[in-house]
Amino acid sequence: MNDFIFFFNQAIIGGVVLGSVYALGAVGVTLIFGILRFAHFAHGDMMTMGAFIAFVLAGAVAAMGIAFPLPTGFIVVPFAMVIAAVFALGIDKGFYAPLRAHGAKPVTLLIASIGVTMMIQGLIRLIFGVGTYSFFETQPKKLIRIDLPFEGVTRPISFSEPQLLLVLSTIVAVVALHYFLTRSRLGKGMRAMADNPDLAKVSGINTRLVVRVTWVIAGALACLAGTMLALDVSLKPDLAFNIVLPIFAAAILGGLGHAYGAIAGGFVLGFAETLAVFNWAVVLRPFRDALPEWIEIPNTLSLVQSEYKLTVAFVILVVVLLVRPTGIFKGAST
Amino acid sequence: MTMRYITVFAALVALIVGVAMTMGSAFTMRLLVEASAYALIAMGLNIQWGFGGLFNFGILGMLMVGGFAVTFVSYPVNHAFWQSAGPLMLGQVVLGAAIGAVLIWFAHRVQRFGVTGAARGAVIVVAWFIAYVIFRSQMDPAANYITSTSGWVGGLGLPVLLGWAFGGVLAGLIGYLVGKVSLGLRADYLAIATIGIAEILRAVIKNLEWLTRGTLTVSPISWPVPNPQFYQANGADITTSFILARGGFLAVVAVVVLIALFLIHRAYVGPWGRMMRAIRDNYIAAGSMGKDVTGRQLEIFVFGSVLMGIGGAILVSFVGIYDPSSFQPINHTFIIWVMLIVGGAGNNFGALFGGLFIYMVWMLSEPLAQSLFTTLSGWSASQGWGAIPDIETRAVQMRVFVMGLIVAISLRFAPRGLLPEFIKRND
Repeated sequence: MNDFIFFFNQAIIGGVVLGSVYALGAVGVTLIFGILRFAHFAHGDMMTMGAFIAFVLAGAVAAMGIAFPLPTGFIVVPFAMVIAAVFALGIDKGFYAPLRAHGAKPVTLLIASIGVTMMIQGLIRLIFGVGTYSFFETQPKKLIRIDLPFEGVTRPISFSEPQLLLVLSTIVAVVALHYFLTRSRLGKGMRAMADNPDLAKVSGINTRLVVRVTWVIAGALACLAGTMLALDVSLKPDLAFNIVLPIFAAAILGGLGHAYGAIAGGFVLGFAETLAVFNWAVVLRPFRDALPEWIEIPNTLSLVQSEYKLTVAFVILVVVLLVRPTGIFKGAST
Repeated sequence: MTMRYITVFAALVALIVGVAMTMGSAFTMRLLVEASAYALIAMGLNIQWGFGGLFNFGILGMLMVGGFAVTFVSYPVNHAFWQSAGPLMLGQVVLGAAIGAVLIWFAHRVQRFGVTGAARGAVIVVAWFIAYVIFRSQMDPAANYITSTSGWVGGLGLPVLLGWAFGGVLAGLIGYLVGKVSLGLRADYLAIATIGIAEILRAVIKNLEWLTRGTLTVSPISWPVPNPQFYQANGADITTSFILARGGFLAVVAVVVLIALFLIHRAYVGPWGRMMRAIRDNYIAAGSMGKDVTGRQLEIFVFGSVLMGIGGAILVSFVGIYDPSSFQPINHTFIIWVMLIVGGAGNNFGALFGGLFIYMVWMLSEPLAQSLFTTLSGWSASQGWGAIPDIETRAVQMRVFVMGLIVAISLRFAPRGLLPEFIKRND
């Protein structure tokens, strides 16, 4: 039984946490692709930027001497999301909107987003240096342990408080997004524009407003994802740059432009990564006596070595692109 | 138009002379060698993006492959490996891989035996899985054995120039495979697929300790011309030895770049180039005229990859150390795109200019930012606000920001580059 709890702690909780981060990032990527038809590469750096905004706010709050029962970094997230949304609007106004006004192709916007990536990265490193920061320098990172009421179980189910908050805020964000997209006028307008921009325009939908709202949502979600990731691990300038590809993989897996698909894709990828590097020998060990003698359980029995953890996402990405480029759910295509 | 070429290249020469006056000849030589290698890589990207309209965000992978090739070919032979059971075990790995490949080959043709639909998919997945298990069961012991007995495979001890050529060949081969699997995709999807494959290549090369020594790095990698130590042994002082040795290296690289420029320019103005532009601008029309669109695109993808591989090999052999973890998307993929966008996609001279110019801007923005920060810091200290901390590490990061700004400005105000594509019309 202890071995199964180990499996639960390692693989299931790890998968849910990773999947939540991917899902939050992928929703933003997929919304931008649906409305503006280009792969927004700077999304990972918008996540990092959001995390640094939250870090600065948390530092300011802590300096004022206000303490909360929850991590300060989590308390300031709503404010950081507002600031990040304003930044996202500013980036669009400054770099993408002029190109769109000139009738640039989506490909040009993709290259422009590389430029934006480099600018954000350069600025973050210029201001904060290349070091690693932690949200938990002044307050402890709480661990939550749940002992199971079974006989012979010594190992508790354990996860950290930021992980719990991450999963909870992902659920809240996804439900809120769902209601926004299906119930509100603007959300319906967004879906209409994702389906057919020209038809949406002639139907009287304010497409400029829809574009702005898209950037606000994408920026806010990126900030949320980045901050929660930084709370779970640590904050550094290349925090999200390294996972922007798995995020794209999740968005493509779910079908680009398909918000629910992105969430599903994020969780599929999160689980795929943690299960692929999980050492299955641990789970097999309790059955050691039941197995015939000639089968020997090796010490490590993972599908791929842990150095290749991120590679799993890329392999899935490439396979999906080749076998079913429209993703699990049929997505928009260029 | 000719005026513009003269102005642009004259400005470049003026910049080089200015750098040589202020930073010294040895540094300028180094800058020029590296800039020329980057220009070669930018020309490779120009073939893919400028001629063919193919997105390649996996340049990093090609550079790593080129660097590995020159390391493998030119590094001295590791006798401990060849006398151990290592080669035999690697033979078994190849055998295992071959068995797996045959299995997969049959699985993909299983519909001939009446297995179709979901069942065929299941058979293919199972075949891939079995092949993977067979491969891993041979590969893991072999890798462990080699790293524990002889460290790594070592090199072949052949001339460096052969290594450069092999870098091109190997990168072309990888480019063929990458193109084969991903060229059916368009625009954004192709970009993401190539960057994904490059990341896979990066992870593999970094972790194949038995083949590449991974993070342990390999050095020294020899030069095709006498190196500074040779001149120093013959009595030259340190600065002169660097200038002479780097000058020799620069001459070799310049010859390679000029040959490549001559060949691809001939190809560009010829019927082959016209056909490629036709495919780029309207692949449906080109296809209806009987052009083999996918085949031709594969061709340019391979050609571009060859130049990138050679460029990567030159860079690694000039630096003299092969460190897989030093390859970063920003330094080795995105910067090449900046070069091509600024120089002018579709124009070979634009790619050459962009490569030389942007690399210099990239290298020079660090000392410039440093002096700017030092001035600012002195000013803020005099105002009583305290000096700026960590000026040196921050100045290094300034160049990333400068690159982003350059590409944003360039796309906005000169979307076709400083030397735009020139199309000759006969009317």
